Amino acid sequence: MAADDGIKAGRLPPEQYAKNFADLHAPLSRHEAAVEADRCYFCYDAPCITACPTGIDIPMFIRQIAAGNPKGSAKTILDANIMGGMCARVCPTETLCEQACVREAAEGKPVKIGQLQRFATDALMAVGTQPFKCAATTGKRVAIVGAGPAGLACAHRLAMHGHDVTMFDARPKSAGLNEYGIAAYKAVDNFAQREVDFILGIGGIKIETGKALGRDLTLDALTKDYDAVFLGMGLPGVNGLGVPGEDLKGVEDAIRFIAELRQTKDLAKLSVGRRIVVIGGGMTAIDVAVQSKLLGAEDVTILYRRGIEHMKASVYEQDLAQTKGVRIKHGLQPKAIIGEAGHVTAIECEYTSEKLGKLAGTGETLRIEADMVFKAIGQTFDGDPLGGLVALGSGRIKVDAERRTSAVKIWAGGDCIAGGKDLTVSAVEDGKQAAESINRFLTTAV
Amino acid sequence: MADLRSTFVGIKSPNPFWLASAPPTDKEYNVVRAFKAGWGGVVWKTLGEDPNIVNVNGPRYGYVHGPDRRLIGLNNIELITDRPLQVNLDEITAVKKAWPDRAMVVSLMVPCEEKNWAGILKRVETTGCDGVELNFGCPHGMSERGMGSAVGQVPEYIEMVARWCKAHTRMPVIVKLTPNITDVRHPARAAKKGGADAVSLINTVSSIVSVDLDTFSPNPSIDGKGSHGGYCGPAVKPIALNMVAEIARDAETRGFPISGIGGITTWRDAAEFMTLGAGNVQVCTAAMTYGFKVVQEMISGLENWMDEKSHATLGDFVGRAVPNVTDWQYLNLNFVTKAKINQDLCIKCGRCHIVCEDTSHQAITSIVNGKRQFEVIDAECVGCNLCVSVCPVEDCIDMVEMATGVDPRTQRPISPGKSNWTAHPNNPGRKVAAE
Ligand SMILES: Cc1cc2nc3c(=O)[nH]c(=O)nc-3n(C[C@H](O)[C@H](O)[C@H](O)COP(=O)(O)OP(=O)(O)OC[C@H]3O[C@@H](n4cnc5c(N)ncnc54)[C@H](O)[C@@H]3O)c2cc1C
Ligand SMILES: Cc1cc2nc3c(=O)[nH]c(=O)nc-3n(C[C@H](O)[C@H](O)[C@H](O)COP(=O)(O)O)c2cc1C
Ligand code: SF4
Repeated sequence: MAADDGIKAGRLPPEQYAKNFADLHAPLSRHEAAVEADRCYFCYDAPCITACPTGIDIPMFIRQIAAGNPKGSAKTILDANIMGGMCARVCPTETLCEQACVREAAEGKPVKIGQLQRFATDALMAVGTQPFKCAATTGKRVAIVGAGPAGLACAHRLAMHGHDVTMFDARPKSAGLNEYGIAAYKAVDNFAQREVDFILGIGGIKIETGKALGRDLTLDALTKDYDAVFLGMGLPGVNGLGVPGEDLKGVEDAIRFIAELRQTKDLAKLSVGRRIVVIGGGMTAIDVAVQSKLLGAEDVTILYRRGIEHMKASVYEQDLAQTKGVRIKHGLQPKAIIGEAGHVTAIECEYTSEKLGKLAGTGETLRIEADMVFKAIGQTFDGDPLGGLVALGSGRIKVDAERRTSAVKIWAGGDCIAGGKDLTVSAVEDGKQAAESINRFLTTAV
Repeated sequence: MADLRSTFVGIKSPNPFWLASAPPTDKEYNVVRAFKAGWGGVVWKTLGEDPNIVNVNGPRYGYVHGPDRRLIGLNNIELITDRPLQVNLDEITAVKKAWPDRAMVVSLMVPCEEKNWAGILKRVETTGCDGVELNFGCPHGMSERGMGSAVGQVPEYIEMVARWCKAHTRMPVIVKLTPNITDVRHPARAAKKGGADAVSLINTVSSIVSVDLDTFSPNPSIDGKGSHGGYCGPAVKPIALNMVAEIARDAETRGFPISGIGGITTWRDAAEFMTLGAGNVQVCTAAMTYGFKVVQEMISGLENWMDEKSHATLGDFVGRAVPNVTDWQYLNLNFVTKAKINQDLCIKCGRCHIVCEDTSHQAITSIVNGKRQFEVIDAECVGCNLCVSVCPVEDCIDMVEMATGVDPRTQRPISPGKSNWTAHPNNPGRKVAAE
């Protein structure tokens, strides 16, 4: 066994970590923003607005940047999406607003909407003023379970309407996957917590961390103690591979590893393998692969079982992985994880082929050496804490267009609901829509 | 190969591109660099009497920028040359001697007395220069002292000074006009009456380019205060083009030589001025923005265009657009156009729709059969060209002439003949056409 094999910390010179995990895109300078903003045509009934899950008035905020009014611009963004700052950093804009931009159709170069959005929201957050105010208090109290994007967006909108909000989160810190999941280079400088502070700046919102539904609280009690409840619990479980060897040391849940990475102050102390195999085809697979590479892993391979066109990670994300030196192999599914002395040494996989939409192994196999295997094949909802109070569908919480669950007084949104897009921006939209629905309920109910 | 040689009021230059009287022509050093770069001639920075004037010691320029800081308009509060007269005269002499094939015109501004003009003309003649330009144009500073545009705004003064100058020199006299008047034909006519050989225009437009919203001072700010300046550069070109055309087509000044100035930045700008009657052109801001090398693009661009269009000499196209500039009342009201949107080129930004819908004639759809689609409704389109003006895609919207049939908007048959306002039934003062 070579000295570099195995799972080790400090694979890189100490100064390299900060460089590797710096901002993925440097923020636009004032001049760059002005030039980019000028590219926007201020379209009529702009297709980019329709493509944004939160419906931000994109041409208006860009025009405000062009006119030298970045704070007004930020207000336009936050009116529709209180997490405009995080979304500017993490949204797959290439499949959302920027894909719809008429300049994408015209010349294949959309207006850099995401980067402009960051420019505006950064400008406002730099001065720290909260542009929204709480309405006169209604005396109504709402409980929110889960302080991720869905919960926080809901809380802010409820506070605006004058309701009193208490949030409960199982984790020690709020912000959900913004804090524990998003790739480190997308949200540098503690942005997730700074954004939470900004959102809470409106007042009227209390957060209790370390309080889990099902352990410290019951849904039944919450519905009795509060006038309404919003569930934004995300997806706490992960899918298993269901192949032999899954219990070997070195076989890791990608999301757990990313959470650890996000909470590690000195990345030189975080251990990572030399040869890494990631199983999955979504954003999590890309993120764990890229970040392992940035931690100094020598070989990182993503194995995806179907054709590359089916990967949930966008082409942009795939390109990012490949430019960072990650290899993506598709049409391969894991068959067995092989180990020695309780530790993974390789993975055996089988080629697949797809006939009439059905995926089947071809029988031909391939063995890839690995001292670390990441599972990134999807997260699952855990319905147990709900105590059977709300109905599920496809394994997640069933909601209507207003994000009402089957139970009166209970709303839900974000990753935990059925039929969602599993994006930060969709979670924010769910929270906002639920808050409006809750507000209607609280202000009309006698 | 096109011949770019130019003769303007008898002054020869290898091409029609002169530098206008301004900082680029203030010193021997600059002018020699300009000639090396290829400029056909210069009008030396305006000379005045000693003691030499002084300039402010703070910023003298203000600007209007496009989003990428492209200079769209420049404004200045600079006065005439701030160097002693003899220093300038010596340098002019030296440059003319070293560059005999280039045009050397000297710009002048002295108080409105015959003896002052006679005096300076005598000294200028000793330089061997080719002509003089009377600066009746600068709108700032000197005008407070009764010179510059203060003269240019009174046609009688223009005529009087032009006459003095013609009496006291054998050289060609060009009168430089200010645009800061209501009707440019009057000063042009006065220059002609006074015996001048040509007019040049425009000088700068009185302007305040911006206000500092923190200090409430206009820009450029001199210790918290500002004074109106003279505006020039690409922003003033349309104003200058019109003024040149007005003089070129005026019955009293038709054929009177014009040196075109104002916002000329490319060969195309220069060609446009010349088709509207300018015999040559002068440039200031383009050189002050990019340096002297821009003249090389102007020369090669004009050459290529002339070759393409088989114009052998400048005379082949100078003034060719003048007959097509007319009064509104003579425009053919039987000429009907409709906008046509090329659906293959359309990127569906919807700007044509919203401007037509909000501010014009509700003649462009936004949805057709449930789909986002922008089409012209011929029955509403008045052919105004607003959609073309705002469309971001080149050649996507065309104004197409409707030569036959019935105009679906007016329900009137398209008439093949021409007819204008003078004969229109709604015109109370119409002249009835003899049938
Ligand atoms: C690795 C990774 C990378 C991603 N990258 C991107 C990206 O680049 N762009 C993008 O748009 N999206 C990305 N996503 C998806 C995005 O993070 C989620 O869609 C989004 O965070 C969902 O928000 P949420 O509020 O529904 O849930 P979460 O962010 O998961 O928040 C749920 C919160 O509920 C709490 N909670 C859970 N159970 C309980 C309980 N029983 N009691 C109390 N609290 C509880 C959790 O602690 C958590 O704080 C990524 C996801 C992952 C996993
Ligand atoms: C800084 C500056 C100083 C100028 N000084 C003079 C001058 O002394 N005499 C003069 O006749 N015109 C002067 N002008 C006007 C220019 O000669 C020219 O008429 C005007 O700038 C329009 O041309 P342009 O758009 O190419 O710059 C000056 C212009 C500038 C920008
Ligand atoms: S589609 Fe593109 S050009 Fe049009 S408004 Fe949106 S960002 Fe601007």
